[in-house]
Amino acid sequence: MADEALFQFLHSELIQYIYKSGGSGETENGKRVTKLETMGFRVGQGLIERFTKETPRFKDELDIMKFICKDFWTCLFKKQIDNLRTNHQGIYVLQDNSFRLLSQLSAGKQYLEHAPKYLAFTCGLVRGGLSDLGVKSVVTAEVAGMPACKTLWQGCS
Amino acid sequence: MLFYHHGYASGACVCVCICCVFKSCCRLCLQNSELFTLTYGALVTQLCKDYENDEEVNKQLDKMGYNIGVRLIEDFLARSSVGRCQDFRETADVIAKVAFKMYLGVTPSVTNWSPAGDEFSLILESNPLVDFVELPDNHNALIYSNLLCGVLRGALEMVQMAVDVRFAQDTLRGDNVTELRMKFIKRIEENLPAGDE
Repeated sequence: MADEALFQFLHSELIQYIYKSGGSGETENGKRVTKLETMGFRVGQGLIERFTKETPRFKDELDIMKFICKDFWTCLFKKQIDNLRTNHQGIYVLQDNSFRLLSQLSAGKQYLEHAPKYLAFTCGLVRGGLSDLGVKSVVTAEVAGMPACKTLWQGCS
Repeated sequence: MLFYHHGYASGACVCVCICCVFKSCCRLCLQNSELFTLTYGALVTQLCKDYENDEEVNKQLDKMGYNIGVRLIEDFLARSSVGRCQDFRETADVIAKVAFKMYLGVTPSVTNWSPAGDEFSLILESNPLVDFVELPDNHNALIYSNLLCGVLRGALEMVQMAVDVRFAQDTLRGDNVTELRMKFIKRIEENLPAGDE
């Protein structure tokens, strides 16, 4: 869909903007990833508010995660999460085998070191969405080979 | 109308989000465009934090829009089956009826042509970028949607047209409609690579 393309271009430009300032140390990169994640967090909060206006209350954590994997992910990326795993003790792993925001980058291991930049905003989106649903969490992501990515969600009590 | 004050950590809120319960939006209507709109809002907020004055933010938005525009045009040409435009009038129609519709879901009207036919206005009854936005008092010079000007400028440059785009009216600044004024400057000649005879 065309408006998906528009978001992808904006997202890409956003990353360029955040990364254009000089410095390439670990701390600098860490700050930039945090900035992107924080922006994603606020957007995620706003989206979930609009999205769940008429949704009935969720039964439990797993119900919330299923909502994130199906409805929320579809709203964001026009597809569902491909695989959801949990240890039933507060850790969930969401796997997307063709993550939209990575598919333009490469189809394998090339540019792998740049992948975290392209995941930070989305991690924030998920964390923000969960936060507004009353769940505090830590969300991280890893990429083994593009365009697949795994998002790890850890609930905090 | 419900006013939501999204709690920005810094405490200084640039954009106040308004959620209208009477709007015909339900869960099923949540478009991907809301992701774009909210992300755009987050970007403008960040720029306002990073730059001291609104003029600088406007410039950045225009620059970023330009960068998006030069890539968006390829996407547009690939998706639409629009051929080469014969004149500026045709260009205006394509921008309003095809491009805006495709990417923002709105169709501005094309009006106020100059006598020379080199300048026109795009009138937007509603601007999707400002769906949840209200400008606070201390940002009077901010052209919130300035990204659009850059996008149009960048996209048209890639099809050999140098144009000037600016906002003549803005609903965020109290006007009834949003009006983009586009002026044709000149045709850009394609540069041959150095060394070609």
